[in-house]
Amino acid sequence: MDSNIEQPEKPVISKGIDGFFKDIYNIFSFIARIFAEAFKRPIEVREVIRQCFQVGYKSLALITMTGFITGLVFTKQSRPSLSEFGATSWLPSLIAIAVIRALAPLVTALICAGKVGSGIGAELASMRVTEQIDAMEVSAINPFKFLVVTRVMATTISIPILVAYTGLVGLLGSFLDIHLNEQTSFISFFQEAFKNIYFLDFITTGIKAVVFGFTIGVVSCYQGYHATQGTQGVGKAANISVVISMFLIFLEEVFIVQIANSIR
Amino acid sequence: MKSFTPEINMNEKVIDIHNLYKSFGSNHVLRGIDIDVHKGENVVVLGRSGTGKSVLIKIIAGLLKPDSGSVNVLGQEVDKLDNVALRELRLKVGFCFQNGALYDSMTVGENLAFPLKRNTPNITHAQVKRMVTVVLEAVGLAKTVDQMPSELSGGQRKRIGIARTLILRPDIMLYDEPTAGLDPITCTEINNLINEVQRRFHTSSIIITHDLTCAKDTGDKIVVMKEGKFVKRGTFDEVFTTQDDLIKEFYDYNFIQ
Repeated sequence: MDSNIEQPEKPVISKGIDGFFKDIYNIFSFIARIFAEAFKRPIEVREVIRQCFQVGYKSLALITMTGFITGLVFTKQSRPSLSEFGATSWLPSLIAIAVIRALAPLVTALICAGKVGSGIGAELASMRVTEQIDAMEVSAINPFKFLVVTRVMATTISIPILVAYTGLVGLLGSFLDIHLNEQTSFISFFQEAFKNIYFLDFITTGIKAVVFGFTIGVVSCYQGYHATQGTQGVGKAANISVVISMFLIFLEEVFIVQIANSIR
Repeated sequence: MKSFTPEINMNEKVIDIHNLYKSFGSNHVLRGIDIDVHKGENVVVLGRSGTGKSVLIKIIAGLLKPDSGSVNVLGQEVDKLDNVALRELRLKVGFCFQNGALYDSMTVGENLAFPLKRNTPNITHAQVKRMVTVVLEAVGLAKTVDQMPSELSGGQRKRIGIARTLILRPDIMLYDEPTAGLDPITCTEINNLINEVQRRFHTSSIIITHDLTCAKDTGDKIVVMKEGKFVKRGTFDEVFTTQDDLIKEFYDYNFIQ
C-alpha cells in the first residue's frame, strides 16, 4: 500500500487562511489542555513555587524601580496643570485613580511580558530544539504538565501580587514628590488618595492582573513549546512571545475597562 | 567485531514492525519498513543522513505517529496506546539522543535523579543517590555528578545520556547516532559502552548510525536503509560482501577514504 499520491499545491491565500484557523484551534486546544492537566495529580507544587520565585521575586528590583518612577513622574507631570486651577490638593486622588485603575496593572504586565515572557519563550524553545522536551517525554515524564502548566500557574499567581506591589510603590513615589512640595503627611496623603477609589476598582484591577498573567504565561509557553528551526527558532519564540503578549494585554485592557465602565 | 557472544533469544521478539509508512507533507520518509528485534539483540540501522532512520526510532518511542503499518513493542501496538499505557511502555524503552539532550539547568546528578524520582514517587533520597552512583560508574563518569552539562565534552554528554536512560532499567535501548561528531577514540569507547550495556543489563537495542565502525563493533544484525526502505539486511559480513553500489560506496567511504 503506497500512500504517495501527490496532492495539488494550495494557493497562498488559501494556505494563509487555513493556517490562521489552525493556529486559533491549536491555541484553544493548548489552553484547554492547561486546564485539564492543572487539576490532575500529581500537582506540581514545588515546581510552581520555584517558578513563582523566578517570575515574582526576580522581577522585584525592576518592578520597584519602574513603579516608583512612574508614580513620581506622573505626579510631577500632573502638578502644573492642576496648579493652574488651584487644584493641587486633588493630586493624591488623581494619582491613585491613575495608578490603581490603569498604571499598576499595565506597567507590571508590560514589564513582565518583556522580562518573564521572553525568558519563558526562549527557555522552552531552547529545550525543544535541543530535544530536552522529547527526552522528558521518553522518560515517561509529562513535559506539558511539568513545563507549561507550572509556568502558566506561576505567572497567573505572581503577576497579581506584583501589580499590588507596583501600585503601592507607585503611590509611594507620588507621596515623595507631594510631601517634598506640599509637605503633606503620609496619613493625609493616603486618606486623600483612597477617597475616590471604590471596591469595583480593586476588583477590576485584580481581574486585569489575573488575565494579564495568564496571557503572558500562555503566549510565551505556546511559542516556546512549539518552537522549530533550531537556534533561530529560539530567538523568534522569545521575540514573538513579547510582541503578542503586549498586543493582547492592550486589547484586554480596553475590553475590561469597557465592561467595568458599563457596570460603574 | 564484538568481544563477546550475546545471549539472543530468537523465539522472543521485543520489537516487530510491519509495513510502516510515514510522511511529512509531500516528503515520504518511510516507505514500507519491516524489521524485528529479538530479545538481547543489537540491530544497527545504517544509512545516509535524511533516509528516515531517526524517524523510525521516534515512532518506536511513540514520539511520532505512523501513517500506516504496525509497530509492536514488547507486545503492545505503540500507536494504539492511551497516554497512561504509553507512559508505562516508555519506562521499558530507553532513548539516547544524538546530543545527549541533558537538562542544562540541572547538574549531572540531578539529570539522572529526575526521571527516577518522577517515576518512583516513594523512593528515598539514599536510594536515588545509590542508583545515580551505580549508573554513573557503569558509564565511567562517577566524578561528574556535581558538574553542569555545559562543563562536559561531547563524549561525556553522550555517556551521561546513556546513564540517564539506564537508571530506569529499560528492556530496550534506542540509540540515535551515538558516535556522531566524536573522535575515533571516543567512538570506540561509546561502542564498548553500548556492548557493555547489552552484556550487563541484558538489553535489546536499535542503533541508528552512519558510522561503519560503530555498526561493525556493536551490531548483531545490520540493516541498510535507502530512501525510506531497507535494501539489505544480515550480519556485517553478509551485508558488506555484496556488490550493491550503495553499500560498496558506504564501505569505501568509511574504510578506504
